[in-house]
Amino acid sequence: MFAGYSMGELTAIFAMQGFAGLILFSVFVLMALGLAIIFGQMGVINMAHGEFMILGAYVTYLVSHVFADIMPALFSMYFFVAMALAFVAAGALGMFVEWAMICHLYKRPLDTLLATWGLSLILQQLYRSIFGAREVGVTIPDWMMGSLPLTDMIEVPINGIFVMVLAVGISIAIYVLMFRSGWGRQVRAINQNRVMADAVGINTAWTDRMTFGIGCGVAGVAGSAFTMIGSTGPTAGQQYIVDTFLVVVFGGAGSLLGTIASAFSISQAQSIMEFFLSGSMAKVLTLLVVVGILMLRPQGLFALKLRK
Amino acid sequence: MQTDRKNRFLTREEAVYFAILAAVVFLILPLALDPFRLNLFGKYLTYAFVAIGLVLCWGAGGILSLGQGVFFGLGGYCMAMFLKLEASTPENTAIQSTPGIPDFMDWNQITALPWWWEPFHSLFFSLLAVVVVPVVFAFIVGVAMFRRRVGGVYFAIITQAIAAILTILIIGQQGFTGGVNGITDLRTLNGWDIRTDEAKTALYFVNGALLFACLFAAQYVRRSKLGRLLIAMRDQEDRVRFSGYDVASFKIFVFCLGAAFAGIGGAMFTLQVGFMSPTLVGIVPSIEMVIFAAVGGRLSILGAVYGTLLVNWAKTTFSESFPELWLLGLGALFIAVVMTFPNGLAGLWSEQIMPRARKLFAGGTARPAPASPDTAAGLTQPRKAAAE
Repeated sequence: MFAGYSMGELTAIFAMQGFAGLILFSVFVLMALGLAIIFGQMGVINMAHGEFMILGAYVTYLVSHVFADIMPALFSMYFFVAMALAFVAAGALGMFVEWAMICHLYKRPLDTLLATWGLSLILQQLYRSIFGAREVGVTIPDWMMGSLPLTDMIEVPINGIFVMVLAVGISIAIYVLMFRSGWGRQVRAINQNRVMADAVGINTAWTDRMTFGIGCGVAGVAGSAFTMIGSTGPTAGQQYIVDTFLVVVFGGAGSLLGTIASAFSISQAQSIMEFFLSGSMAKVLTLLVVVGILMLRPQGLFALKLRK
Repeated sequence: MQTDRKNRFLTREEAVYFAILAAVVFLILPLALDPFRLNLFGKYLTYAFVAIGLVLCWGAGGILSLGQGVFFGLGGYCMAMFLKLEASTPENTAIQSTPGIPDFMDWNQITALPWWWEPFHSLFFSLLAVVVVPVVFAFIVGVAMFRRRVGGVYFAIITQAIAAILTILIIGQQGFTGGVNGITDLRTLNGWDIRTDEAKTALYFVNGALLFACLFAAQYVRRSKLGRLLIAMRDQEDRVRFSGYDVASFKIFVFCLGAAFAGIGGAMFTLQVGFMSPTLVGIVPSIEMVIFAAVGGRLSILGAVYGTLLVNWAKTTFSESFPELWLLGLGALFIAVVMTFPNGLAGLWSEQIMPRARKLFAGGTARPAPASPDTAAGLTQPRKAAAE
């Protein structure tokens, strides 16, 4: 498998594929963080998570057009506005869905799965009716184009670096929110013992709604970041949902660190294998290994020790 | 009296329901529909095999598998491989650069039949494989998961991942599996042309008979001690375990049984529709099969059949005339079933319609309703009618 490559070429291959893996890793982290909050902390399976991401992507698409038409001078900065709006839009929709649907189903996790699948079908059809069935892309501002040459054989694209920075930033923000804020303490308290949390005066219904909203909002930001790398179609969300769930489950539900570690290992494995095998076989092998490990260790890599 | 009735294979009420379904499948549909539509309904009925398996696994056992399409597909592919080999005789494929192998292999520059295709020259082996391959696969997955007490949500996600893996694998290995187009252009079954109207009608009746065999098998399981243990496990798994039962074995068994049903359904699908493709294996079809069972009623095997027919009929009708509305309707159906009538049509029938009809006919004399195992009330709650 390594025959025919010199040592220097191999290093370059691994470096480039490793970097491609890092971009994939950032994407996985962004997707999985929202789900880690919703699934890991609340135990809700949100099959429409991908559609919340796509909502963020479409918001970015709209914002880029508004900026291009109305204030072209500020076009280079539109992305930051788009990200904020994507967060608000996806978060608001998430809170509405929680109020209308999820909060009635907390005791029936498998039913939540079916209901949110229904929601994802509805959202997909709405996107298709509004934006058309074809994929749309955004114009990337000039400063994000091009790539940085590190050595004469290794180059890294700037939009990839931007997505990585974003992933790190959001991970830190969520860490602070979960472990350094009053809200995070309440969420963790509810996760550990809902009845007692209720008894000590935490407004669990409101906290749930906020948590779900923030999780969906993060998904929206992830979708927004997606537009920097690829185009967006109505069914793009569905393609990622299995990967995302596997990342969260593999990392150990409830553990943010585990989510990040599993996103790292899955993305690196996949992108390095992709160079030597075909893309589909790399994916099959990666998923098989993940499923295999999960069968041996169902609690995931980093399991929180909890008394249930 | 009470225990006597509980141990009987079919109560009088159930026998009536079975007879009604038999009349619908074997008399009303064939008489009312032309061969094309009948073939369409035959296709729907193949999904009902999966739905019955889901009622046992999910409704009774509390194991939600989102990968039933895998077993449906495995059964279907086993059948399709046999039919494809029969269709690819050296005479039929003389224009290929390697005559005698399936056309898609030739297109993908494969020059010899892979070894694992060889046994599918035999009809007997293929028919056996239709059931055995899904069951063995389900057994491996089941042992790995249930022995480690993986259940509920995690099981659902992992089975879904397996469905995704298999789809990617089938599409990626185009030369061996026919890729995204699947295995098409199937002609004869042991020399018998399956493409004529007569053959399709005959296959419809074979399909119906097999469906009833599966229904009786499912009914037998539900009537047996195993069936009652399944329900006990769904509601209080630890208590069953502490009573000394090996919970994992029961779960593995019912999961394998569901896989066997799905495999038979897949094979009948291939025979009646004439192709098999990864679009029937992946996540979307798998989860659609769950909704068939949910709409019909997750606790009722007969309800699952009606649910399958109804949802598919609606899908065909609506997507012919309003393709845009169909997905919205399907999504709304998912949400409505889960939120407002979790026991589906069967629940609606036995909780709403039957009690009212009884009141109407009995003229208000308080007669306790016979215990109907098809209802949620019969399975989970003490009967309210008797207390009144």
